Amino acid sequence: MKRWLPLVLFVILVGFFAKGLFLNPREVPSPFIGRTAPAFTLPLVGDANAAFSPAEMEGHVWMLNVWAPWCVSCRQEHGFLMQLAQTKVIPIVGLNWKDKAREAASLLARTGSPYVAVPEDLDGRVGIDYGVTGTPETYLIDQAGIVRLKHIGPISPEVWQTKFEPKLKELGA
Amino acid sequence: MKHFLLAMLLAFSLPVLANEPASGPTSAPKEALPIADDPVIEQRMVNLAEDLRCLVCQNESLAGSHAELAEDLRREIRTQMKAGKDDKQVIAYLTERYGDFVLYRPPFKPVTWLLWLGPLLFLGIGGGAWYMTLLRRRAVPAAPVDEKKRAAAAQLLEEK
Repeated sequence: MKRWLPLVLFVILVGFFAKGLFLNPREVPSPFIGRTAPAFTLPLVGDANAAFSPAEMEGHVWMLNVWAPWCVSCRQEHGFLMQLAQTKVIPIVGLNWKDKAREAASLLARTGSPYVAVPEDLDGRVGIDYGVTGTPETYLIDQAGIVRLKHIGPISPEVWQTKFEPKLKELGA
Repeated sequence: MKHFLLAMLLAFSLPVLANEPASGPTSAPKEALPIADDPVIEQRMVNLAEDLRCLVCQNESLAGSHAELAEDLRREIRTQMKAGKDDKQVIAYLTERYGDFVLYRPPFKPVTWLLWLGPLLFLGIGGGAWYMTLLRRRAVPAAPVDEKKRAAAAQLLEEK
């Protein structure tokens, strides 16, 4: 027994290292899970006179998708978001983050928009309030305005099935 | 070989597709930080940001990173300091949004107990094992001395 102890300890250590090796360092845990989504009021892309604020979505389970026209992986998830929008499972609001070149309106006109509203966060302040580190990031917000889930990176059908759908069921939406 | 190289190239280009840092298409690396109008605030900001993590280039400090988000956060820290907030309030502002992950010195709380006290724990385990070994050695009685051999040794010494 005593002979095997170093080996056992070594295997345990390797187990920890292996786990650490396959963790995604971009998946920073969000402190917003279970907290009220920060309030904001921002003008809409293409219509500076109209505004959006999260309070408008009260009573709905919805998604806040942080994206930008210059972001390549946002184009990667665009197709799937379009599918979601067509099936009307959940309203998606697209926060247009740090779009200095103001390309969002023309891009959405060309590719189609999966969003019910596209508020414009030019200087990235609202992004900071939500703890955004890059695009795309998506928040699932419940009927009472509480953040239930945050996903960092593009949404794929797999991510949707394994991460979002169970949460939606839980929320009864 | 060609296929292998292609596969490697693809593998290394994948992370680019994952989650993109906040840099527009034309953000060239900048050489120097802009000189702020208030050197006192700037110094305070840099001191604080040295101990904070840049969320984009995760092994760089917020003070040293050229990522656009880091610049935005430095601007935010400056603004808050100008508004009269102290360092603790600024750190609270950041941890509220990004969690303890931004802190290079994690706070001492239940989930980090093992992290902070781990070294002490291992020192204790090692010390305990050492002490036990010593006790066990002391408990072993000295080997009985063979009188004949002792005499032989004495004789050898005498001869010299």
